[in-house]
Amino acid sequence: MSAVSIRDVSVAFEAVRVFDGLSLDIEEGEFVVLLGPSGCGKSTLLNAVAGLIDVADGQIFIGGRNVTWEEPKDRGIAMVFQSYALYPRMSVRENMSFGLRMAKTPKAEIGRRVAQAAELLQIGHLLDRRPDQLSGGQRQRVAIGRALVRDAAVFLFDEPLSNLDAMLRNELRVEIKRLHARLGKATMIYVTHDQIEAMTLADRIVVMRDQKVQQIGSPAEIYGRPANLFVAGFIGAPQMNFLNGRLEAEGGGLSFVAGTLRLPLAGYAFNGAPPVGQEVVLGVRPEHLALAEAGLWQGFGVDIVEPMGADTVLWCSDGTHTLQVRTTGTSRITRGERVGLGLDPEQASLFAADTGERL
Amino acid sequence: MSASLPSGPRPRRLTPGRIGLYAFLLTAAVFFLLPLWIMLITSLKPMEEIRLGNILALPMAPTLEAWGKAWSSACTGLDCNGISVGFWNSVRILVPSVILSIALGAVNGYALSFWRVKGANVLFGVLLIGAFIPYQVFLYPLVRIFSQMGIYNSLTCIVLVHVIFGLPTMTLLFRNYYAGIPIELFKAARIDGGGFWTIFLRVMLPMSVPMLVVATILQVTGIWNDFIFGLTFAGRENLPMTVQLNNIVHSTQGERAYNVDMAATMLAALVPLVVYFVSGRWFVRGIAAGAVKG
Repeated sequence: MSAVSIRDVSVAFEAVRVFDGLSLDIEEGEFVVLLGPSGCGKSTLLNAVAGLIDVADGQIFIGGRNVTWEEPKDRGIAMVFQSYALYPRMSVRENMSFGLRMAKTPKAEIGRRVAQAAELLQIGHLLDRRPDQLSGGQRQRVAIGRALVRDAAVFLFDEPLSNLDAMLRNELRVEIKRLHARLGKATMIYVTHDQIEAMTLADRIVVMRDQKVQQIGSPAEIYGRPANLFVAGFIGAPQMNFLNGRLEAEGGGLSFVAGTLRLPLAGYAFNGAPPVGQEVVLGVRPEHLALAEAGLWQGFGVDIVEPMGADTVLWCSDGTHTLQVRTTGTSRITRGERVGLGLDPEQASLFAADTGERL
Repeated sequence: MSASLPSGPRPRRLTPGRIGLYAFLLTAAVFFLLPLWIMLITSLKPMEEIRLGNILALPMAPTLEAWGKAWSSACTGLDCNGISVGFWNSVRILVPSVILSIALGAVNGYALSFWRVKGANVLFGVLLIGAFIPYQVFLYPLVRIFSQMGIYNSLTCIVLVHVIFGLPTMTLLFRNYYAGIPIELFKAARIDGGGFWTIFLRVMLPMSVPMLVVATILQVTGIWNDFIFGLTFAGRENLPMTVQLNNIVHSTQGERAYNVDMAATMLAALVPLVVYFVSGRWFVRGIAAGAVKG
């Protein structure tokens, strides 16, 4: 039985229908990240699961129960928002206990749960403060605490870290991951446009674009075997290199050919019959390009050197193609040097030039 | 030489522009304060002194006699009970009208901004139009409706009128205020199990204090200063202070008692004056918030 099951859901905004029958099953205890650029519909989907917007079609099951017509409070969910959404006129304690007080939970029970959540998030000393006396990071901790006391089976996060600065974001990201591990059976659905958050937190990532699911898979799958050009380009920084070329039969095997660049594709696992002779796009991640004197591709010069500390990104060009190469941070290569590049076809991705789908 | 280099704050100089600005402000202040000043000193003078004609002169023998007379024994038509009757009438009209119109406006604004009721935009549009149509247009139809209902010329009637006419402005005010509150707050409250009224009373209303103050100021001054509704709908028993002031000032028997007229006017203006002085900062904000309506 799935913890959350979205079945053929569509949402209507006035005359516009989005999703058109989207389905997604999420297992108990799973951490699923909905990832995509703004406007891709990820927040809309989360709001539909929460019951904050009505679905035009389809069903939503939580814990095996059809909750399609149920009020948000009856769905067994808790939610954390980007803008924290703390009640400004209530203390932290009142904020955290508001839901329980609405549900007429006994006082002792409320006290116990608030204390427990506060300890878990280390906000015990803030309980009597007002939200405006807290920093951004503390506010989001309180918001997470408010979600925790609800004892929900499913936690929904709507870009919870997007309002925080980079340092706090990293800190709280780890905290959320730790929380998920400690809660054990809690299912979490997390919406973000930040690929780092998605990669680090998720058991499974759902990549979305224009209200359509592009790919569902583990972070490793999404990163290593992107289903189409959009996913390949969206995930990974620096971005994957793309080369337009053609698939040609050569001797016993197939090769990718782009002008003077050739890549024999021995070992590349095609998704179906390879479309020989067709226009294709080769995708190579910067770290999969190796600097090698006797490399496969020669005649590249280093245009730009971008040191990033842990590693260095080199922009290499042979006049027609520009490739980003990731090398170690201790690299001493300087601008203008000639380099050779080597790569393993097993780590590369091939996409059809017309549809953008993975081959 | 380092001393000759510009360093630190730039020295302030009194430029001709500044002088002109201050001169203008001073003139404007005098222009607006002079009538008030004349009213105040005239109300403190006995009639003999007023007859001398030095309207700017300070009273030689200041007396509160005119104030007392204005309050309790000036004649409004045939009755000679002063303006105090009108004062208490105005209070009786003011209190329920202010409370009801603000309460309804706040609920309306809240429902319109958060609950996305079907046809909310149409409803809001209609309310807006209501705020712009001149009151006079409604007078006769309303008189007919109220007399059909049998409540014409009563306290209920005048309160109802004030509530109805306050509603568009109050709704607009609160809707715009709530539109500035992040919708996520409302969503969080819904997930926490709040219903229509609990979210309104426990989350939104405590956040609305600034707007409540502004709304109170607008409504108190507006309703207190009202003349035409009071005259039309309140009936003889409940005529507000403004109407009675008019009767006192325009009673034509005998000599015109300028000092009593001035005192009565000051008394009638007292409530708005106090509101302005006490809440100047809030009032400016209210004007800005209600900028759509003059």
